[in-house]
Amino acid sequence: MNPLAPSRATRWIIGVLVGAFFAIPLLATFLYTVKMNDGTYSLQRWASLFDPAMASTLKPIWTGLGNSLLLAVITVAIVLFVLAPTMILVNLRFAKLRPVFEFAALLPISIPAIVLVVGLAPIYLQIGRTLGTGAWTLSFAYGVTVLPFAYRSIQASIDAVDIRTLAEAARSLGASWTTVVLQVLAPNLRQGLLAASLISVAVVLGEFTIASILNRPVFQTAMVVVQKQDGYLPAIFTLLALLFCFILLLVIGRVARGTGKARS
Amino acid sequence: MTLPRTADNMLLAEAGEGTRVQLQGIVKSYAGNTVLHGVDLDIEPGEFVSLLGPSGCGKTTLLRVLAGLEIADRGVVLLGGGDVSRVPTNKRDIGMVFQSYSLFPHLRVVDNTAFGLRRRGVSRADASKRSLDALALVGLADFADRFPHQLSGGQQQRVALARALVTEPKVLLLDEPLSALDAKVRVQLRDEIRRIQLRLGITTVFVTHDQEEALAVSDRIAVMNSGGIEQIGSPEQLYTSPATAGVAAFVGLSSVVSGVADGDHVTVWGQRLPLQTPADGPVDVYIRPENVRFAGEADAATDALVEESTFLGSMRRTLVRTESGELIRLQHAPGIQPAFGDRVRIALAPEPVAVHPRG
Repeated sequence: MNPLAPSRATRWIIGVLVGAFFAIPLLATFLYTVKMNDGTYSLQRWASLFDPAMASTLKPIWTGLGNSLLLAVITVAIVLFVLAPTMILVNLRFAKLRPVFEFAALLPISIPAIVLVVGLAPIYLQIGRTLGTGAWTLSFAYGVTVLPFAYRSIQASIDAVDIRTLAEAARSLGASWTTVVLQVLAPNLRQGLLAASLISVAVVLGEFTIASILNRPVFQTAMVVVQKQDGYLPAIFTLLALLFCFILLLVIGRVARGTGKARS
Repeated sequence: MTLPRTADNMLLAEAGEGTRVQLQGIVKSYAGNTVLHGVDLDIEPGEFVSLLGPSGCGKTTLLRVLAGLEIADRGVVLLGGGDVSRVPTNKRDIGMVFQSYSLFPHLRVVDNTAFGLRRRGVSRADASKRSLDALALVGLADFADRFPHQLSGGQQQRVALARALVTEPKVLLLDEPLSALDAKVRVQLRDEIRRIQLRLGITTVFVTHDQEEALAVSDRIAVMNSGGIEQIGSPEQLYTSPATAGVAAFVGLSSVVSGVADGDHVTVWGQRLPLQTPADGPVDVYIRPENVRFAGEADAATDALVEESTFLGSMRRTLVRTESGELIRLQHAPGIQPAFGDRVRIALAPEPVAVHPRG
């Protein structure tokens, strides 16, 4: 055992404290949704999600959720089909550009969303005129906001693999560049690509500022709308969204572990 | 290792005559720094040529130009007489083994080996069969279902060799494939590469900075320095008749001593030695360790002090300093064990020596 590792008791204390940090707010939110006005506990508010009488109240949330899921899919596509191939190209052919590219990719994390929107607003005026005002157009802005997170995940995978040698070996064996990327590099960058996709989904589902100021109905803006009529529903949907992300994380972790087992 | 019988092995059954490789006037620069200065190299079909030289001499760049991984600024690359200078790597029909382990980590050994065949439209079943043939050739048929990380470094390079050979390429390019391996495996694989190359008759270009490796396996060696070829010739030619001081210093161990040439002979320490090529005046004489011996008092010889002596198994190599300050290496039987500071007398064998005018 590593002599520098913390003792078993210390590990337990750290685990419990960190667990409590995350679990207590979630538990409090859950209790808030099940505690009735007379002090009793009931799942009545959760059941109301399926009540036809609530359909009109819930409609903005379903619409917003649909838009957010569509945005998540398009944003993940931007990450996988635009960002990842660009990063591979920069690492393979334009290594000198890497610091510049990294700086540009990490820049959005240092710019507050509200400032970003000031710059994006006139651009979206043009986008509105040419592509319409559909919520899906937000994916361009989201493609920028997820850049820092997706970049770090993919770059960590690229750094762990000798992609230059793999690419050159595949080329010498007769592979086209498409084959090199899809059949040689992508499987070896799998974990980074999966992590980047997950983070992108999480960022898109949690984004509020840009969508609100650009006036596009998404999951987070819909919750604000619904909260004015029913304060409990947004809390229920927040828990459901977290559960969704948690399951997504488990699935991706399982897939990644499955790959590791297959190799060993 | 036992090579499979030709009749059973598709790869051996189809062994050909090899392809002629020509590099003409290759110039390559990086950001204004010229690393290849108009290199010419003509390799016969089926020949095993090593590019030997110190780090930064341009040998790997030349190989990469031949592979199409770098495009030359000027010059022509011909494979089998056809100009491939602008043909991308994947269309050149080459096989390449790299210095670092280049097997695809997510594919089993047999799938790695079949990769090139599948790119050429060979059916999955046929590709598998031919891959197993190639793996048998390198003695790894039993490892077909393993993943690369389950193999040792030497085994990985042997699979890489099988993968490069299975497509029956026009030319096999080896970019320091042994340098990451330990000494024993290195010698084994080196000999294995040469045996397979001779059986398949494939034209091979081998980049190395290890002169012993190059001397052991090559038909010819091109010694490179500062972006050019200093000398090309058989290992024997390079060893016994180095054309330049650089070649003499790089190929084999040489000691440099001062002498005076007078036509066909040179005088060193009072001894007259025959010259490989006539010269006159003060010269540097290149002496191989095996041509220096311990001498008796009566011989024409020089006095020296022992600096160090190293046991090398079947022989011992000793470094001595002469009274004029020249450092001389000599090779002798392990039974003689000189110690540091011992006073000895050394003489030269009357073998033809290479000299260069003292600059």
